[in-house]
Amino acid sequence: MVELLQKRLRSPSELESRRQSIVQKRDPNRLCITVCAGTGCRASGAEAVIEAFKDEIERREIQLDVELKETGCPGFCERGPLVVIRPKRIFYQRVKPEDIPEIISETVLNGTIIDRLLYVDPATNEKIVYEPDVPFYKKQTQNILGANSAIDPTQIDDYIAIGGYSALSKVLFHMSSEEVVAEIKRSGLRGRGGGGFPTGRKWESCLHAEGDVKYVICNADEGDPGSFQDRAILEGNPHSVVEGMIIGAYAIGSHQGYIYVRNEYPMAVRHARIAIEEAMDYGLLGKDILGSGFDFTVSISRGGGAFVCGESSALMASLEGKIGEPKAKYVHMSEKGLWDKPSLLNNVKTWANVPLIINKGAEWYSQIGTAGSKGTMIFALVGKINNTGLVEVPMGITLREMIYDIGGGIPGGKKFKAVQTGGPSGGCIPEQYLDTPVDFDELTKLGSMMGSGGMIVMDEDTCMVDVAKYFVNFLEGESCGKCVPCREGLHRMGEILSDITRGQAGMEDLDLLEDLAGTLRDGSLCALGTTAANPVLTTLRYFRDEYVAHIEQKRCPAGVCRELIQYSIDPEKCEGCLRCLRACPTEAVSGEKRKPHTIDQSKCIKCGACFDVCKFGAVIKR
Amino acid sequence: MAKVWINAQTQVEVADYPGMRAVHLTIDGKNVRALPGQTILEVVNSHPGIGNVPALCYHPAVKPYGACRLCTVEIEEGTRSRFVAACLYPIREGLVVKTDTERVRKLRQGILELLLARCPNVKMLQDLAKEYGVEQPRYALGDQACILCGLCVRACQEIIGRSAISLVNRGIYREIAAPFYAYELSEGCIGCGDCVYVCPTGAIYLGPDGKPVLPKVKIPYPEVEAMMREATAAASRR
Amino acid sequence: MELVLDVPQIQALIESYTEKVDSLIESYVDRKELLISLLQDIQAEFNYLPRDALVKVAQKMDIPLSQVFSVATFFRAFTLKPRGRHLVTTCLGTACHVRGAQRILDKLERDHNLEPGGTTEDSRFTLETVNCLGCCAMGPVVVVDGKYESQVNPDKLDRILRTYK
Repeated sequence: MVELLQKRLRSPSELESRRQSIVQKRDPNRLCITVCAGTGCRASGAEAVIEAFKDEIERREIQLDVELKETGCPGFCERGPLVVIRPKRIFYQRVKPEDIPEIISETVLNGTIIDRLLYVDPATNEKIVYEPDVPFYKKQTQNILGANSAIDPTQIDDYIAIGGYSALSKVLFHMSSEEVVAEIKRSGLRGRGGGGFPTGRKWESCLHAEGDVKYVICNADEGDPGSFQDRAILEGNPHSVVEGMIIGAYAIGSHQGYIYVRNEYPMAVRHARIAIEEAMDYGLLGKDILGSGFDFTVSISRGGGAFVCGESSALMASLEGKIGEPKAKYVHMSEKGLWDKPSLLNNVKTWANVPLIINKGAEWYSQIGTAGSKGTMIFALVGKINNTGLVEVPMGITLREMIYDIGGGIPGGKKFKAVQTGGPSGGCIPEQYLDTPVDFDELTKLGSMMGSGGMIVMDEDTCMVDVAKYFVNFLEGESCGKCVPCREGLHRMGEILSDITRGQAGMEDLDLLEDLAGTLRDGSLCALGTTAANPVLTTLRYFRDEYVAHIEQKRCPAGVCRELIQYSIDPEKCEGCLRCLRACPTEAVSGEKRKPHTIDQSKCIKCGACFDVCKFGAVIKR
Repeated sequence: MAKVWINAQTQVEVADYPGMRAVHLTIDGKNVRALPGQTILEVVNSHPGIGNVPALCYHPAVKPYGACRLCTVEIEEGTRSRFVAACLYPIREGLVVKTDTERVRKLRQGILELLLARCPNVKMLQDLAKEYGVEQPRYALGDQACILCGLCVRACQEIIGRSAISLVNRGIYREIAAPFYAYELSEGCIGCGDCVYVCPTGAIYLGPDGKPVLPKVKIPYPEVEAMMREATAAASRR
Repeated sequence: MELVLDVPQIQALIESYTEKVDSLIESYVDRKELLISLLQDIQAEFNYLPRDALVKVAQKMDIPLSQVFSVATFFRAFTLKPRGRHLVTTCLGTACHVRGAQRILDKLERDHNLEPGGTTEDSRFTLETVNCLGCCAMGPVVVVDGKYESQVNPDKLDRILRTYK
């Protein structure tokens, strides 16, 4: 009980002295092994690496000399598991549990570098030793993500040590609500969830909305397939979001907040819960925060598995225990939102930007980015790209720089074809626009949008009709079904695109697709419907020749659409190993040992198993 | 004094009296005066002959839903126009509404084509679609009768207070159902027939036992089919 | 696997089940807005939403059963049929799709007659799809009983699934 009382911080000066005592207790020269423990790296085996470290450290009894820290995601997912040895920040990538004994004996205890675990820059063939020199990170501006690799997200002390909650302290004791709103407005911050609405204006209308009860909501229902930035932030630095929300609550006069996390992010839910508990213990959340007299609590709500619940009115319906049906927003959510009360809803990334703006000031923040889009944006760079992962860059960087300088270009020497931004609401951008700066308005001009920051790179082996079909099918499954244009229209679009990919469509179907797109755009109830046609419209605009090839020649130029491709065996390359014969589920492959095999097209179901197992590249897909 | 149209043929002069809270708006170029707190559709409905706004999921007895989107109209905001649902959009002073522009007609055409393709045998839809030049939808024809306007559900919930039926599943698999697809509706339903009364297409009708028969599911869906099998099996056991 | 129970055992099972449902509902009584959270707890406990549990929820939380049923069928997290012994989750995120995730679904349909959302006849596997697990570098990704498998192709999938009885 005594300990608990001592934990609670009752004033800004107590926060500062706590911060100083934490920092002083930490020896900056003490060896610290940080391992990324985000979900992405876990999928690559980070758990085993962490266990191996724990075992080895215990075995050698060096717990007092070496600290092991499980951190959040720094973004270089392609090269996980990632191990960084501080304070020098020696960077090891693709680490396996077998490497640990050597890492301990060589690098930790002896200070020698293990060459084979270093990152090799493919452009120069140079081995990079230190984390800040890795080109992937060097070209980024990790104002927000940077903290992820330095802190253990389940330890509030780590967050405080790097300056956490100082923005909150400043706001509560040195700024009025109006001043906070003005600062956010001056910074030029725009919503990072997809809409790009000026955040300051949203906060202002909430502040001026009538009523004593107001709500603050964090939208962590990241549903865009291919996006996982919100997850990385909520898993890796949940306190930054909590701090942002408290500041927002103070700005508009709210005392209750919700973090709505999608069901499929259990680790984010867990870490957010821990962060809230710790903040409550420290008096940074709950009643009389830091002795300021301001009360605010946050609850976590899990989504039920519906992409549409990322839409603000559907999210609020779900928070009320109802189905996630959006409703018309002729009266804004900032006036009548959750339970018909003024509600301030922002995305995870938007909240994470708030403490930064308060600490460093709106002037500093507005220097970064372009005239219309300030600050940095975190993108999920995925698909046919060498450096898959999260990328934080100032707005205004070109697509070319993102894909080639940071992303490392297309693997396998393949040719770039398109980059899809904005998820299912966005569009595909072809090569001729690669020098477009990444900016809310520039991307909208091209028919796409910034969205939540998903950036999917496609190469010559991607069929753009298949991509359009993929997004339409996705949205069809996620449509709530309330309004006719979206429910019926997406279904029909899916039917037409399916026909096209099977070579069963006519040219009039392209007109029909455009008509449907118009109906969806003008008639849908919510943004899911109104933007649903974007992938189709942009692929039609920039890749019409592919559609025409599917329809008129019954051919898929990229070799993807199953009904339009053919598998055959090149007799020159075939070694007659019988592997494909055995793999074929319909016995379509015939041949004898050491003689070239053949595929009976009438039996072939185009599953691609033969293509997968052939070690000699003898199976041709056309 | 203000000149307002009270129906398509009659224009009158009305005096503004002190304390009056009327709202003045323009519908298809005609000045109209209405009480505040109404939606565009309510104003159109109370001024016979003014404005052309079809609406399938609307009924004055229940709260507007905005699902069919046929009531979409264009409103002018400065130099730009915007599409809004007339059944939900609240009127305000100086609002300029256009209910019958080319873009609006094209949208309604698109929606009706989709609806007709879903329910090609519903006479009311055939007539309405014909009005907008839609006779042969360019899609594969379905065989449903329910347009998912939700009026039956809302009537049962708001007027009767029983909530015996609800909208289940989502997307194209959405349908009206009783809990666990028990078509007998033994729980909650009092056999009042309100749902049948408000149904615009006749998809719900009264069965021989006085209880409503809900529209059957036509789109195959593994779980739905299994539930239907279970419900029928349970019914036949009794 | 045959399960032979006698009447007292069956009764005990039913009692413990009702007790469990009651205790889950306890913490949410008078808080109708937490319906989805309650259903998630029940789904986690029983691996599906039993009909009787939903009827109880409607009674005790004073929510119309039709509304509970609406919510139970709207969200993908809930199933009204029991799931199989092993949950196979295939990522259909764009990155995985572009790397051939569809072929994994095709294979599961061919070999096990399994469609997304469905369960095999012998209750061995349930197949769910998810849109992006965030491990795009290792795609296509398949999660079996919480274990992440990376760079899965139909061949590898076969080998993985064989180990799950």
